Amino acid sequence: MSTPVLSRLLPTASRLTSRTLASSRPAHIFQWTRIPKRSFSSGWASYVKKYTEDHEWIELDADGKTGTIGITEYAAKALGDVVYVELPEIGIEVAKGDTIGAVESVKSASDILTPVSGKITDHNKVLEEKPATINKSPEADGWLAKIEVSDAAELESLMSKEDYDNFEKE
Amino acid sequence: MVPFANFSMPLEYPGQSHRDSHLWTRTNGSLFDVSHMVQHKLSGELAEEFLMTITPSAINEIEKHHSTLSCLLNKNGGIVDDTVITRIGKDSFYFVTNAGCREGDLAFIQAEMSEFLESKSAPKDKINWHILDHHALVALQGPASAPLLQSLVFNDTEDESYDSSLDTLYFGTSRWLQLTLPESGMNTPSLLISRTGYTGEDGFEISIPPENGDATELATSIAKALTADGSKVRWAGLGARDSLRLEAGMCLYGHDLNDTITPPVAALGWLVGKSRRVENPTPPFNGHEIINKQLASPKTMPERRVGFLVEKGPAAREGAEIVDLENEDHVIGHVTSGCPSPSLGGQNIAMGYIKNGFHKKGTKVGIKVRKNVRKAEVAKMPFVESKFYRP
Repeated sequence: MSTPVLSRLLPTASRLTSRTLASSRPAHIFQWTRIPKRSFSSGWASYVKKYTEDHEWIELDADGKTGTIGITEYAAKALGDVVYVELPEIGIEVAKGDTIGAVESVKSASDILTPVSGKITDHNKVLEEKPATINKSPEADGWLAKIEVSDAAELESLMSKEDYDNFEKE
Repeated sequence: MVPFANFSMPLEYPGQSHRDSHLWTRTNGSLFDVSHMVQHKLSGELAEEFLMTITPSAINEIEKHHSTLSCLLNKNGGIVDDTVITRIGKDSFYFVTNAGCREGDLAFIQAEMSEFLESKSAPKDKINWHILDHHALVALQGPASAPLLQSLVFNDTEDESYDSSLDTLYFGTSRWLQLTLPESGMNTPSLLISRTGYTGEDGFEISIPPENGDATELATSIAKALTADGSKVRWAGLGARDSLRLEAGMCLYGHDLNDTITPPVAALGWLVGKSRRVENPTPPFNGHEIINKQLASPKTMPERRVGFLVEKGPAAREGAEIVDLENEDHVIGHVTSGCPSPSLGGQNIAMGYIKNGFHKKGTKVGIKVRKNVRKAEVAKMPFVESKFYRP
């Protein structure tokens, strides 16, 4: 069973809270009205970086095949000092929503769920020695894993930066 | 902020992370707002005897202004809640229970009291029970606590019976003291100040009475005075409170304790007063047959609460299974609290219940964290040495 990042973020989660920080997602119906110029042929650029409700991000490389996965600024802040990171094994095949690792602070452990299906091709070894890199730079140096995306269409169901920011504020 | 026992409470305060706040408490001092906890006053001719029926403590042996860690027991000897009971007068007691147990505790006390009075054919006014709902409670913890608090204690030179020196206020005792608040120059009313806490550090809990029905203003002024010098005492939240108490080997009700666990199973056999460990304790306390049997022959207990040191890597947390490494990872217990210990450089610590026989210090076990079995061993608690101020 996978546990979304944020429901595990709070005090040993089960311990002090039953809150799930957010349960509803922003209405996607407005997405295209905000970006009226978007066309179907605009390619990968239209969702280079996407976000999940579980506070992970995925950014596609220019080749449109390899994605980099991490946790968001918001999640890193809510989690507090990261003291341990469990990285996924290189080479494993994963399906969207599978647990591929965990990020731990003193107060809690949060599972990392993969935003898309694919094969893990790399992980960020720096985090084994310097887990606090996630606090310093969650959306760049603190990346967790690289994945060979098996179905790029899965990215379309994820949130844009703007949608995520609204979602996180709810 | 997180919801906790119907209150909205801070996990940490701005400016300090959970870990920094934890370490700050051990090296300097922290102030915790624990006003959510339930404060009670119980008095009357039969108050002492009643408390001795619902707790295993030798309440009759507690001297005035002394206190004891205790627990409320159901008829099977299970722990309904843990509590600290202080004698504030001949027939008068002050005790504090957990906010998370509030509803259950109040119903339990009410039912037990009715039954007790009925069995004695005693009128209701033989016990007076007040829940001090409008009182606030703050906990000042850490080595900076005593000198700071001393600087605020009002020194009444005209009253020779009034000892304003905290040097003589030892761990587990309390005193009514007035504080002088520097901002206004005013004295507070007398406050019940107890040398106790939930961190393993020296420290105090200050019960603040309401003025015109509300303690908020007075509590805020006192807190302001206590946190005025940020190089000494800072606010700390539930995050630090939890990791500090775990390092100190102290239980959190609802996690490490519940109403099916007896004091001996919880390694709290020491709560049972010596004079209460007899065949027919007078008055009898709830579950005394079961509890005293467990104390006399510990081998009859199915499991025990113990501490664990867990190998480097992920922390073993609540719910993690403890397994027998020499018997195909057969499950022999479970973790009830665990975290990387900030004071021990991130060493993973945990407490939990383990099958009798595996409970000895140094016993090697495995603890399942997600997919992997981690090496661990049974360890003595507290993990971090307590620094209570004793004579």
